[in-house]
Amino acid sequence: MEIPYTVQARPDTGLNNVKLGIWLFLASEVMLFGGLFSAYVLLRMGAVEWPLGAEFLNIPIGTVNTAILIASSVTMVMAFASLKLGDFAKYKGYMLATVLLPVLFLCIKAYEYYEKVSHDHLPSHSTFLAIYWTMTALHGLHIVGGIVVNSYFWGPGSKMWHTKPAMFENRVEAAGLYWHFVDLVWIFLFPVLYLL
Amino acid sequence: MSGSAEDVRKHIATYKKIAGALAVGTVVTVLASYLDVAISLAITIALIIATIKGSLVANYFMHLGEERSAWLKLTLGLTAVFWLALMFLPIFTLSDHTGVAKTLPNATAPVEHEAEAH
Repeated sequence: MEIPYTVQARPDTGLNNVKLGIWLFLASEVMLFGGLFSAYVLLRMGAVEWPLGAEFLNIPIGTVNTAILIASSVTMVMAFASLKLGDFAKYKGYMLATVLLPVLFLCIKAYEYYEKVSHDHLPSHSTFLAIYWTMTALHGLHIVGGIVVNSYFWGPGSKMWHTKPAMFENRVEAAGLYWHFVDLVWIFLFPVLYLL
Repeated sequence: MSGSAEDVRKHIATYKKIAGALAVGTVVTVLASYLDVAISLAITIALIIATIKGSLVANYFMHLGEERSAWLKLTLGLTAVFWLALMFLPIFTLSDHTGVAKTLPNATAPVEHEAEAH
């Protein structure tokens, strides 16, 4: 059975189902992270004292990680543009970079976590560290999810390009929307946790 | 993103500019955090820069500026409304003093009419 509107836009919504589905999912993600940002504001406003992020966190490391995630967002959009131009080899290269850059992000994050644990800066240490661990770990899980999906579209999933290129483009676009969202969350997490 | 090769190449040129703007934005965010200003102003500056960077990602990388679907606009509009409600929730919570025990400013003043009676 052919699933309708995976490529063509539905007349009523003006979107194909892939795009509508991923945007609805991202809307739910906005509320998920929004709840945590709201908790952060409540905890910070209600606290008698609140440490500067730099007292616990390493700003240069956070800045490098921000640059890495932004770079991965750029390679993701370039991968999609390469598909639009019909250049599959370039797509593979950009997509590989999109997979490897967040792996580097996670390695740096793991080092940061190791430093925190070795200094006994665990979530139980303070409210600041509790919300720091919660938000960065949830974001990290999203990174892992993105790596898994993007790896699939770089590897076995990319075979679809040779049989159903339009459908494959849509899948990569949906994966890209998710990936840019993960980058967008970090753009807010970085100043809120590290710099303020 | 529209389909013609010429359009895609224009988009690629835009992506490179946006990448540069995001890199500059990140550096500015970090430098601004070292400014010796009140914490409320520091928070405002950091969030303004983050909002600009986020808008660039949403508009150009996620192609939100090109979307014309009313359904998508409705979905994202509702999301924005509920997100704002979530952000204001802590402010409403902390400004709500109903039911909180309150000491009046003259609570420790001597009760004059009782002193006069004796």
